[in-house]
Amino acid sequence: MSHALKDKAAIAGIGLTEFSKKSGVSELSLAAQATLAACEDAGLPPSEIDGFVSYTLDSTDEIELARTVGANDLKLFTKVNYGGGAAVGTILHAVMAVATGVADNVICYRAMNGRSGQRMGQGISGQIVSSDLVHWSWYMPYGMLTPGSWIAMIANKYMHRYGVTSEDLGRVAISQRNYAQSNPRSFFYGKPLTMEDYLASKMIAEPLRLYDFCQETDGGCAILVTSAERARDLKQKPAVIRGVVQASTRGQEQMTSYYREELDSLPEMELAARLVYEQSGLGPDDINAACLYDAFTSEIIMQLESFGFCGRGEGVDMVRDGALDIDGRLPNNTHGGLLSEAYIHGMNSIAEGARLVRGTSTSQPEGVEHVLVSSGVGVPTGALILGRD
Amino acid sequence: MAQSFRMKPPMGEDNGWWWQEAAAGRLAIQRCTQCQTLRHPPRPACGECHSFAWDHVTASGRGTLCSFTILHHPQFPGFDYPLIIILVDLEEGTRFTSQLINCAAEDVAFDMAVEMVMHEDPDGFRLPMFQPAKGAAA
Repeated sequence: MSHALKDKAAIAGIGLTEFSKKSGVSELSLAAQATLAACEDAGLPPSEIDGFVSYTLDSTDEIELARTVGANDLKLFTKVNYGGGAAVGTILHAVMAVATGVADNVICYRAMNGRSGQRMGQGISGQIVSSDLVHWSWYMPYGMLTPGSWIAMIANKYMHRYGVTSEDLGRVAISQRNYAQSNPRSFFYGKPLTMEDYLASKMIAEPLRLYDFCQETDGGCAILVTSAERARDLKQKPAVIRGVVQASTRGQEQMTSYYREELDSLPEMELAARLVYEQSGLGPDDINAACLYDAFTSEIIMQLESFGFCGRGEGVDMVRDGALDIDGRLPNNTHGGLLSEAYIHGMNSIAEGARLVRGTSTSQPEGVEHVLVSSGVGVPTGALILGRD
Repeated sequence: MAQSFRMKPPMGEDNGWWWQEAAAGRLAIQRCTQCQTLRHPPRPACGECHSFAWDHVTASGRGTLCSFTILHHPQFPGFDYPLIIILVDLEEGTRFTSQLINCAAEDVAFDMAVEMVMHEDPDGFRLPMFQPAKGAAA
């Protein structure tokens, strides 16, 4: 059944706001700016948008955004759960709607004052009891209050098992920082990173240092999904959606899936890989570039294994071989990623995926046919493969 | 009663009993009474046989260190840094997230033997922590 989605829809427009540490405007304003920019990019009037999809963590309701941008009848409005795990999941919901005729032109958006407003991982409080709050309460009383603390537990186990060093994490950070030097949108534009800088950066949650962490950003990003047929009549080269899936596996928790037998792999990402390859009829050898979700550097190395670019424990060899760089096997996060461009919860990495297919990245590798984009790591997640028309 | 910095767990039907056990000095592990499978964290039903019937056993408190992280930043009021957070494989077979105390950060190691000590905050709130097992190699 999932093959029913292959090649039916495309990304026809991408829209971004300026990225900053203090936007000075509301999150609704950021969402509206990004949406209008995506429509402008595609050459599609906002009045034709009939669906909106975002993250449960996004404060902007679909109808608020619809009113603000002057959309008319809405036939789809929904939000996807689990933080950054929602990222490509929003595209899946849009594609399902477009492929089935439920909606025609769907905006997927994420807009956040992620630095000046509500910051990620600020914890819980109050007397409300829900299964989610009970989940977090196994960690919060011990002082595990931040995403870094939750991820470090898995990263440490994985690095211990496979001999991954701090320098290896540094290689990932530096590779992405290098890409940021070509991208004026990037927070770290004009600020390269050396291994010395990396190793000297503050230890946060061992083994993770400051530069293993993504940004905190004020900004918005919107992705316009429409039918592949319609996309061909619009302004930009379509980024055709070859496959898009969500994935969660047995024993799944948000960030703290500590109770599975093995802690040194990403079962939900392996499921996402299997499903997205099945749906698209493609495999790792067909993927020319990637935007692997990078809230933390360690996640990149683990995902190389999840998506079958190498065997278990071999991700680090790819990193040492320069696979992630522009002339490597798998140029990754060519915009700088969440580490170095901006943290718009992965939505900005979907935009970069579309740019790579269009051939318009600020660090454009040659001969890109297919790009893989993933959602958040350590949470219910998903994967997306975009292809050239 | 003294004020405590510690974020208290919400006490619901699925987890409140566990904290009552901790308050009584015991590290509890939930057990399915139909198939006897132990589970942690507690949940209302068994993922193996789907029974909603359960009781609990009291853990010996002995285990080995499965993984750890040492937290340096950000520093929240009331916690001592570097703060050592651990995953313990309890000898009963379930895994538990906790804090390692009475151990220098440089002495933490994978697979080290640890034992439970019940920690009590100034306000009387109790939660299980672990320390290096007595008699185990440092």
